[in-house]
Amino acid sequence: MSVLVGADTRLVVQGITGHEGTFHTLRDRAYGTNVVAGVTPGKAGQDVEGIPVYDTVADAVREQGADTAMIFVPPRFAAEAILEAADAGVPLAVCITEGIPAKDMAHVHSYLQGRSTTLVGPNCPGVITPGVANVGIIPGEICMPGRVGLVSRSGTLVYQIVHELTQRGLGQSTCIGMGGDPVHGIGFIESLELFQQDPDTDLVVMTGEIGGDDEERAAAYIAEHVTKPVVGYIAGFEAPPGKRMGHAGAIVTGSKGTAAAKAEALEAVGVRVARTPTQVAELVVEALR
Amino acid sequence: MDLYEHQGKKLFRAQGIATPRGIVATTGEQAAEATRDLGGKSVVKIQVQVGGRGKGGGVVLVDSPERAAEEASRMLGTDFQGHEVTQVLVEELLPIAQEFYTSILLDRSTGDYLAMMTAEGGMDIEELARTRPEALRRVHIDAMLGLRAFHVRELTGTLPQEAREGASDVLRRLYSLLQEADATLVEVNPLVLLEDGRVVALDAKVTVDDNALFRHEDIEAMKAAFPIDPVQARANEKDLQYVKLDGNVGIIGNGAGLVMSTLDVVAQAGAKAANFLDVGGGASADQMATSLEVVLSDPAVKAVFINIFGGITRCDLVAQGVLGALDRIEATVPIVVRLDGTNAEEGRAILADAAHPRIVAAATMLEAAERAAGFANGEAA
Repeated sequence: MSVLVGADTRLVVQGITGHEGTFHTLRDRAYGTNVVAGVTPGKAGQDVEGIPVYDTVADAVREQGADTAMIFVPPRFAAEAILEAADAGVPLAVCITEGIPAKDMAHVHSYLQGRSTTLVGPNCPGVITPGVANVGIIPGEICMPGRVGLVSRSGTLVYQIVHELTQRGLGQSTCIGMGGDPVHGIGFIESLELFQQDPDTDLVVMTGEIGGDDEERAAAYIAEHVTKPVVGYIAGFEAPPGKRMGHAGAIVTGSKGTAAAKAEALEAVGVRVARTPTQVAELVVEALR
Repeated sequence: MDLYEHQGKKLFRAQGIATPRGIVATTGEQAAEATRDLGGKSVVKIQVQVGGRGKGGGVVLVDSPERAAEEASRMLGTDFQGHEVTQVLVEELLPIAQEFYTSILLDRSTGDYLAMMTAEGGMDIEELARTRPEALRRVHIDAMLGLRAFHVRELTGTLPQEAREGASDVLRRLYSLLQEADATLVEVNPLVLLEDGRVVALDAKVTVDDNALFRHEDIEAMKAAFPIDPVQARANEKDLQYVKLDGNVGIIGNGAGLVMSTLDVVAQAGAKAANFLDVGGGASADQMATSLEVVLSDPAVKAVFINIFGGITRCDLVAQGVLGALDRIEATVPIVVRLDGTNAEEGRAILADAAHPRIVAAATMLEAAERAAGFANGEAA
């Protein structure tokens, strides 16, 4: 089964005619993803290697039954693209674009409340269900089908951890790159909920990093709702302490935001926290024993 | 991008928020002159992109132009928490009746804005938030709804009656500033009620979203005031994220998460990173070459660890960039290279063919970290 993307995914790519958009669309299709349409305003009627291009997401939904949108639109227009996907009723939008202004994302966040669209990203590598469907830029060849669910804030760290798992013969059910922007779509909690319910996932690996309190809140959620084993990894023990301007940030989270504080919060609820990416695979083996 | 106090106050005044009269000085003489203009007394405040100035001796009241010159000369050219001081702000002294605190920021855990205000300014605000949270009013603001009158009434609820109208006005203007300037934080600590009844912002902390600078040329231009060292400038020019650290293993990687992880793994292997350098996604050969030059320009570096997991980034281009840099500059330390992901085979082959005496290939991230740490700790190459 896996989560979010699979054999029944019908993908529309917003920004399909851009350089990156075309390259990754074709790579995803070659991996087996069912790419049914592309959207670039003003280019309706064209095609990209046989994939029909429309002016709007609504057209792609009407004509091709698209149910997942992947967004490769430049930062100043990307928030608009997410809104358009949600307005067209697409259940899942995956936004790869890096550099979207936070204010634009705060508007997106507000608009998505109470709507049925799930957002992944922005500034993320996307979602892959190994051997079945790839919606994003995670190199498919480093993945391997299996029963470990992975969710990560950092992009290249997804690759490193997936690589470590695959090297140890530990396949993945689905890998979610949630992105590290201040305002983003699904996070650790929503991902853990999906993996907890997924019959094809036995264990979840979550990789976090310094800053914010996503990991601390995930720890609280795990204690209450997750019965499957969880292995964690936090990057940034040696990172330079971020400079702080005001007091407001610390008042809000009540968290120090350090790697040590995050690892401690996770360990306190029974999560095994690895100290290196290599150790992640070792702890997964141990947890599944 | 964190603004200096005087830059933030310029934005405040443009929104109609009252601030004390102030003059920026870059020498002791200028500070004395400014103090004379302000009536012979003033407060001298260092301008840095970091908080904690009050406790750190960065804010001093002076009662004469001579004292202003003395204090400014003491502050200028020093290092405040790693930030070089090149400017001070000299401001008039105002008769304060009461101090408050207010801030509005993007709340990353809820994806909306959070406004806070308390009548108990001037004390340790984080301590207050912990020990008596009820004294600090908090209101979440939906980005699409904006700041409403009921929000403002709630926020100003702990303030004395005579300050509420002025504080309400400041709140509305701060929210407008936050929106118009794409700020992720505006903080006023303290916001004061003067003896004459006016409400004035004595301080200004403004953080503007880097991702939105493309639509704020005027704010981006403020960067010119920040001191920057030439190595940092070189890195920035090529879109490289470079942070100098105090160890001796130079680090180059792609993606902030992987680079942070690399720092950690090197530490576990028994050495310290000399820097953080993220080449970003889709690094070109030219960016790789500049990265290596930047890292090698640090005399503390005893070994370099290049850790690339190609996704968008192609390992063959990385290999070409490394060799290109070594054509331009002479490396005297070992360079451990680990390549995986997109075109890794090609990249490894390019390095193997070149057989450069300084390049050491490693098969895994862990092995590479151990080799680099070993070299840094005096092992022979």
